[in-house]
Amino acid sequence: MTDLIDRQKLGYIAAQAADARLNVELETEGMTLNIGPQHPATHGTLRIIVRLDGEQVVWADPSAGYMHRGYEKLTEVRTYPQVTTLINRIDWLGSFANEVPFILAAERLMGIEAPPRAQVIRTILFELSRISNVGLFLGDLGVQLGAVTPVFLAFRDREYVLNLIEGATGGRFHPNFDRIGGLKDDLPSGWVDETRQVMKKLRGFCDEMEDLLFGNKVFQDRTRGIGVIPAGVAQQYGLSGANLRASGVDWDLRRDQALPLAYDQVDWKVWTHPDGDSFARCWVRLQEVRESTKIVDQLLDLLPSGPVMAKVPRIIKVPEGEAFVSTENPLGEMGYYVVSQGELGPFRVRIRTASFNNISIVPWVLRGVYVPDVITILASLYFILGDIDK
Amino acid sequence: MVPLSDTTETETPALASDTLREGIVDRLRTTLGDAVVEVHLEPNVDLWVRVRHDAWRETGLALRDQGFHYFCFLSAIDWQPSPFGRGEDDPSAPAPEPDDPAAEPEMRHGVTGGDTRFQVFARVTDVQRHVGITIKADVPDDSSVVDSWVTVYAGANWHERETHEMFGIGFAGHPDLRNIYLPTDFEGHPLRKDFPLLARIVKPWPGIADVEPLPGEGDEGDGGASE
Amino acid sequence: MIAVDLPYWAQSLLRVLGGTVAVLLPAGTIVYLFLFKMMSFMQSRLGPMEAGPYGSMQLFAEVGKWLQKEDIQPENADKRVFKIAPLVVLVSTFLLVAVVPFGPDAYFTDFEAGIFYALAVSSVSVLGILIAGWSSANKYSLLGGLRAAGQLIAYELPMVLAVIGVVIQAGTMNLNQIVAAQNAGSMFGWDGLGNPYVLTQFVGFVVFMIAIQAELTQAPFDMPIAESELVSGYMTEYSGFRFLIFFIAEFATVGVFTLIASVLFLGGWGVPFAWFGWESLGDVDNWMNVVGPLVMITKMLALSGIVMWVRFSYPRLREDQLQRFAWKVLIPVSVVNIMVTAILKVAF
Repeated sequence: MTDLIDRQKLGYIAAQAADARLNVELETEGMTLNIGPQHPATHGTLRIIVRLDGEQVVWADPSAGYMHRGYEKLTEVRTYPQVTTLINRIDWLGSFANEVPFILAAERLMGIEAPPRAQVIRTILFELSRISNVGLFLGDLGVQLGAVTPVFLAFRDREYVLNLIEGATGGRFHPNFDRIGGLKDDLPSGWVDETRQVMKKLRGFCDEMEDLLFGNKVFQDRTRGIGVIPAGVAQQYGLSGANLRASGVDWDLRRDQALPLAYDQVDWKVWTHPDGDSFARCWVRLQEVRESTKIVDQLLDLLPSGPVMAKVPRIIKVPEGEAFVSTENPLGEMGYYVVSQGELGPFRVRIRTASFNNISIVPWVLRGVYVPDVITILASLYFILGDIDK
Repeated sequence: MVPLSDTTETETPALASDTLREGIVDRLRTTLGDAVVEVHLEPNVDLWVRVRHDAWRETGLALRDQGFHYFCFLSAIDWQPSPFGRGEDDPSAPAPEPDDPAAEPEMRHGVTGGDTRFQVFARVTDVQRHVGITIKADVPDDSSVVDSWVTVYAGANWHERETHEMFGIGFAGHPDLRNIYLPTDFEGHPLRKDFPLLARIVKPWPGIADVEPLPGEGDEGDGGASE
Repeated sequence: MIAVDLPYWAQSLLRVLGGTVAVLLPAGTIVYLFLFKMMSFMQSRLGPMEAGPYGSMQLFAEVGKWLQKEDIQPENADKRVFKIAPLVVLVSTFLLVAVVPFGPDAYFTDFEAGIFYALAVSSVSVLGILIAGWSSANKYSLLGGLRAAGQLIAYELPMVLAVIGVVIQAGTMNLNQIVAAQNAGSMFGWDGLGNPYVLTQFVGFVVFMIAIQAELTQAPFDMPIAESELVSGYMTEYSGFRFLIFFIAEFATVGVFTLIASVLFLGGWGVPFAWFGWESLGDVDNWMNVVGPLVMITKMLALSGIVMWVRFSYPRLREDQLQRFAWKVLIPVSVVNIMVTAILKVAF
């Protein structure tokens, strides 16, 4: 297996070198192509300026900021409970997951902890956001590579998860459900059984995607050996989540830090892939969805009884201090560095989003690839514009 | 069937301990000497180290050599309290005396203290030992420039660009300090505390604590009028 | 022979009308049947359901919508060429259908070198696509046009080579004769099915189907269009009825190419002659002129169903992989196929 990939990589490098030699001989003139800000592959308004030589990228520069909303500034004029409404909109496909690290940071500063039931429900909803987010990624990946069918299957099965999230929180996209000290509400009745059924469906969806996309020869040709990011480079650029694990770095914030979430109570596995190419990134995400369904299933069995809200004052004042809490969000490491000066709202919030770092590697990884591979690599890095632009 | 990938099977590793964090600080002290100004260790939680600004880049190098290969983020803090408050005041109320020295609150620096208005701070992680560390450095008030980390952590590139446009802090040695979010001709540095958030100045936030009357509690509810 | 004597103008009128029907009917059927319905069912949705029963009138609604839209031309486009380009593509389709036989006497023209002509005019559409890409004054269109030119030229070769096997076996380039040769033929002395070349020329058939998949720029060979990377390539700047013409041309060409494929490999309009005791083309009854087109359309739909099925299921190849596949796999395979066919032809 590895021989094959090495051979593909070598072949690719040789082809690129041959092209480069030819271009030097012919002195062909380059062309500057603006991919975006309105382009289907940038799903949002990312603009990538690429300098092309034929169809080969000589130089690429992503230009973000078309959707910069200034959340770091806005948090400075909000109270702590109000901030969750804002940060919901950062990674809009995995909203609930955005709330958790901020709430955890505030709780850490206040020295309180959510009751066990709230922790488990938080973890379940966190994983459901991951499933809905990454599930859509799997379908979107097909579209980026020209296969139209997977995206419809992804939207179909994501709907089940969104219904669950809606059932529990009342919001499909922006739940705003997490509170300092716990959760807004308990789960509705019947939710647990329905979730179990949906998880079964989603495992079927994963199998389907594996058959339809990952086992496809054309898909493998398009993604294997494309956009290889070695582990060292990935860490230097701060790539996180599946992008880092696809480079063989065994690092998952769900497992590797002590947070008041229920991950340590369940049996699950962190998947890594040694290749670091586009295929590896997609494949790791597929496995992550599977693992998430398993985590949710186990947590549903574990669900303790009790309150979902700790005793917190009605008007929340967070004591002076600083805290950085990051969690393993669908897109990667999302963290909030919260500086409190003992007021009603934070003094400064530094939002560390995953996509910002994940996309900052684009100038490095796009150099020398072909235009179709630009799309593959961008798709496999998986970014969400709100997550880059904050 | 050929498996689609090899996977690594690792045992669940131990989480970071405080002895590990102390060891990191000790090694930093031996490498950097007296450039380590202040250390704050929150037991079993996190570690902060403040270094002198001229040792900013060396700190990065030293940490990288210690195994902190993973670059998390880099940014800055403006410790000056906002002259505009939190935007919760009534704009029609008379403004406080601007040149009253007593009205200007002093800067309260965070966990590792500080002397200057701006501090840069960065976080790096060791993914093998599962420990993160936050580094802070005062930015000199007169020049507002620190060394760039781009040559230490390539990912610092964009973060420094962002910090530059948001705070006006320069990074010596950065190859391309353009704006990343803001238009090129944007004036001002939005995340500085003295940069007004116009939306808030024009129209203040209606309520600090969001204490709304519950249904049936208040007299002025719309529901009562319609019934 | 049909025992009706029509004046020349009436014949011409019939030909024009027949040609239009022969181009538009398959296009409409393919779009509705496969693009609207089969794709929807494969993607677990219903597809258009509102216009007409089961959305069968959706196509007319779409056409009406496109016709109403503004005809926008980019300011920097080469306007005259920009306007002509979609027509050039469509003309290629009409030229193609001219040689397709729908029955023993139901054909537009009866070329001796029919298949040669068909392969020749099929490349006219490349010209249309190239000038569409070039004149749009859009970099994506330019890339798309260039990709299309490279791809279509590369895949014409295996297509021609695949046809050569059929021509050798049938001993004629006349499409009607090829049909007759298949239906009157026999396999190892058994003539219950005639001798459809899909069985005896199976390699050629596969190569031909792959090549037309690429010629039609359907996935996995759709990188000239590549809506997720080149934003529809050479069609990016087209809107309104010019886009409609491209759209019709795309699916009409699917129809015509699969018609030709069914003529070459599935026995075209014919049924095995042995069923009715016919010996050669001259014996065929006149009613075959009416049944023939229906048989032909059935075969065409089966083949275009395969084309569409592949289109909906596969991701897109990369340009270099596609070229490599043409030059390193398809062409050698079809050359070997020709050699084997020739040897067997001489031997038996």
